[in-house]
Amino acid sequence: MSSAVISTPAATGRLFVFDAEEIDSEAVAELRSGSGSARQFPGSAMRVPPKMADPRLAGITPASRLEAGPLPQMVSTGIPAIDALIGGLPRGSLTEICGPASSGRTTLLLAALAAATDRGEYCAIVDANDALDPQSAAAAGVQLEKLLWVRCGENSPQSHPSAKLRAGSDTENKNKKSLDKNRGSSLGRIESQQRLEQVLRATDLLLDSGGFGMIVLDLGDLPPQAARYIPLTTWFRFRRTVERTPTVLLVIEQQPIAGSCSSLLLKLGPANGSDALAQHRIIHADRDRPVHSKLLMGMNLTAEMLRARPQRKPACPVSVAFSSKTAWAG
Amino acid sequence: MPYACIYVPNFPIAAVSRSEPELRARALAVLEGNPPLEKILVLNAKASALGISPGMTKSQAELCSELVLRPRSTLQETAAHAALLDCAQSFSPRVEDAACDTALIDLAGMESLLGNLPEIARNIFGRANTLGLDAHVAVASNPDAAALAARGFSGVTIIPCGQEAEALGLLSVEVLFTAKERDAAEEARLLETLDRWGVHRLRELAVLPEVALIERLGQEGLRLQRLARGAAARTLVPVEAPLVFEEAVELEHPILLLEPLAFLLNRLLEQICARLGSRALATQELRLTLNLDCFACLDEENCGIPSESDAASTQSQSQSRAACSFISSQQTQFCRTLRLPLPMLDAKLFLKLLQLDLNAHPPGAPIVKIHLAAEPARPRTAQGGLFRPPSPEPEKLELTLARIAAIVGKDRVGGLEMLDTHHPEGFCIQRFVSELARKSQRRKSSQAVTEKVPPEKQTEKRTGEEISTVTALRRFRPPLRAAVSLDNGQPVRVACAKVKEVNGNVLWKAGPWRSSGDWWEHTAWSRDEWDIALQNANAIALYRLVHDLLGGGWFVEGTYD
Repeated sequence: MSSAVISTPAATGRLFVFDAEEIDSEAVAELRSGSGSARQFPGSAMRVPPKMADPRLAGITPASRLEAGPLPQMVSTGIPAIDALIGGLPRGSLTEICGPASSGRTTLLLAALAAATDRGEYCAIVDANDALDPQSAAAAGVQLEKLLWVRCGENSPQSHPSAKLRAGSDTENKNKKSLDKNRGSSLGRIESQQRLEQVLRATDLLLDSGGFGMIVLDLGDLPPQAARYIPLTTWFRFRRTVERTPTVLLVIEQQPIAGSCSSLLLKLGPANGSDALAQHRIIHADRDRPVHSKLLMGMNLTAEMLRARPQRKPACPVSVAFSSKTAWAG
Repeated sequence: MPYACIYVPNFPIAAVSRSEPELRARALAVLEGNPPLEKILVLNAKASALGISPGMTKSQAELCSELVLRPRSTLQETAAHAALLDCAQSFSPRVEDAACDTALIDLAGMESLLGNLPEIARNIFGRANTLGLDAHVAVASNPDAAALAARGFSGVTIIPCGQEAEALGLLSVEVLFTAKERDAAEEARLLETLDRWGVHRLRELAVLPEVALIERLGQEGLRLQRLARGAAARTLVPVEAPLVFEEAVELEHPILLLEPLAFLLNRLLEQICARLGSRALATQELRLTLNLDCFACLDEENCGIPSESDAASTQSQSQSRAACSFISSQQTQFCRTLRLPLPMLDAKLFLKLLQLDLNAHPPGAPIVKIHLAAEPARPRTAQGGLFRPPSPEPEKLELTLARIAAIVGKDRVGGLEMLDTHHPEGFCIQRFVSELARKSQRRKSSQAVTEKVPPEKQTEKRTGEEISTVTALRRFRPPLRAAVSLDNGQPVRVACAKVKEVNGNVLWKAGPWRSSGDWWEHTAWSRDEWDIALQNANAIALYRLVHDLLGGGWFVEGTYD
């Protein structure tokens, strides 16, 4: 059995793969010449051409529908509702989880880490703001001996600020000038850049090392302006590095920053409801009670899938509600 | 019963060439004696061709610009001798340390394991070359014949059983006196006597009448004749070579930069790894000792050399510790110890780890001597399961952790261990090790304590975890100091200057949850915790607010996320 590949101009360069033994040479010649307006495919190439109705051409498959590679293996996030929404976290891909404070990002992160370590995988978290709470991690079921924690911060051996995150020496000079003008704000920016440089270098090293089931970049407390200093090429590099590995690369952030490099983009937020406090499972009846008898029981949250590479962007945002409960809620 | 002999000719020269392989292609002479009365002890063939001879003074030899002069180094010779024994021990456990440049090996029964005798001899020759020794190897039916053949013939020599006399007959009688068993005067007297008799070759000595020889030279003459015939029979005196793997180099000119130091370290590490490999061993601990020229170190605080007290305080905590001690009025010793989670044998990895360690802890003064020692350990035998999830390779992981530690700091990367305390930061960072290292540690601990977790207990734990998703806390480190307005002892408004999002009226609060601990120490703590809700942009954010009862002040410790 042999096959042929033909490109039609009307299909804007799309390739079609034919099973040459199943179709006659005449039909192939017609398709190759592109003659006959009836056989051209205006607009989307996903349309079925009239000739396709011919049962002899049933074996023809548009190349765009061919799978370039196997779909990535999906692993559980540890939260069944989110697994049902996104099918899990894809291995060998970059996944972004964004949302504001108290949106459940860390809860989801710890649940995913717990699931990964429970599968026996080793995980690493590159913590830009040194924000991980080990007690929460232990309560979430993370096997701490399988978790590598990289705590980035300004008290590092390399205290010089980064000058090459985005540009060359010009940026450094600008930073120095602005430092003189407005020392306070510049210091904060330089600190963020330094943290970012540490995060990116540590992530590069961990990805090169291999063997980790999940690597997490926790940029959750970094201001979006600082996070946007990461060049897009860096995300491309991360995507390419992680592509053929079984590693899940997870990024926690406030706003999406990796662009099209991420295979999955999940936005978290509080649950929709009339009462904002009820989103956090603070019962109405509790309001009249004394404060010492009140208890934070947990959070009601929503997860919205903004992008998933296998399905492309969903036609309409799909979301799911889930809840978490505090360790002391029982 | 076959025996093999490894002989290293010109041993002081070989020891220097082993440390500095680039000198093999040059005219080289080794000096001995105290300055300024240094004289040439030995030299290689290229130096001889230039007209240099043993006994020349240093000033005479220095007239030849092509000649490289090196002082005799006991350290280098000791290391070369240890390498020679390692080479011998890698083929047979029965090894005699005949001299500093000669090792005898009992090959009885080795043919079934290692191949025929020529193959074994070639392998010994190759192994010696790998260890940096230009050796002669000979195999004969008795140890003395093998030793004489090794001294007399270069390369690999195999003497079939019964043909010793013919094979050794071509050799000069001088080979009989290079065993350094006798003093020079006695050797010279015997050689002069044989020379007067016209006996220059061993075959000429072998055919002399025994009785007449004994009458003139005594029992020593008979012993020499038996050696010349290859008929001497004696029992091998095996020694057990100590498992000491040390290499050292003394520098003529002090090293000021880490880059040339890395070059020398690489050489030492390769030699140590080759020696360990020849003994089928690996190492789990490397000790680097640098002798520093302390006159060049003007300011000890700035130069990075830690004081003795500092070294003692960090000794128990750090995996690689520094120590600094004065060994003389001029030199200071700077030590670094590199401990590995698993036995490893990779010179490049060791070099990278040492480089990273020295970058973080520079010696701070010119280096005049480098000493490297490896603690031998059995190589790891664990194999990853086919269906087990992958874990980081120990070597790669170690290097990655060292590189990350160079970026973020040594105490800011590692695994987590919870401490038995109610303190909110009750954890410590421990060394992160891979699955293989964990297995190894578990195996060691299980030998002491045979306690196992029943599998049903693990299953219970997992099923319990699956049920709930735990709300996580994101900590602010350090906690954010906040100005809190109180109403009836309860927070009603929070203002945090550092983070503008943490500002506003308290929409909801729960607490206080009081906790305290360590009251018997100076690190006592006591606090009231509040869970509060603040309006954050369009949504509500939950924070943990803490009132420090001992130190005073309010802090936002984290956010529930």
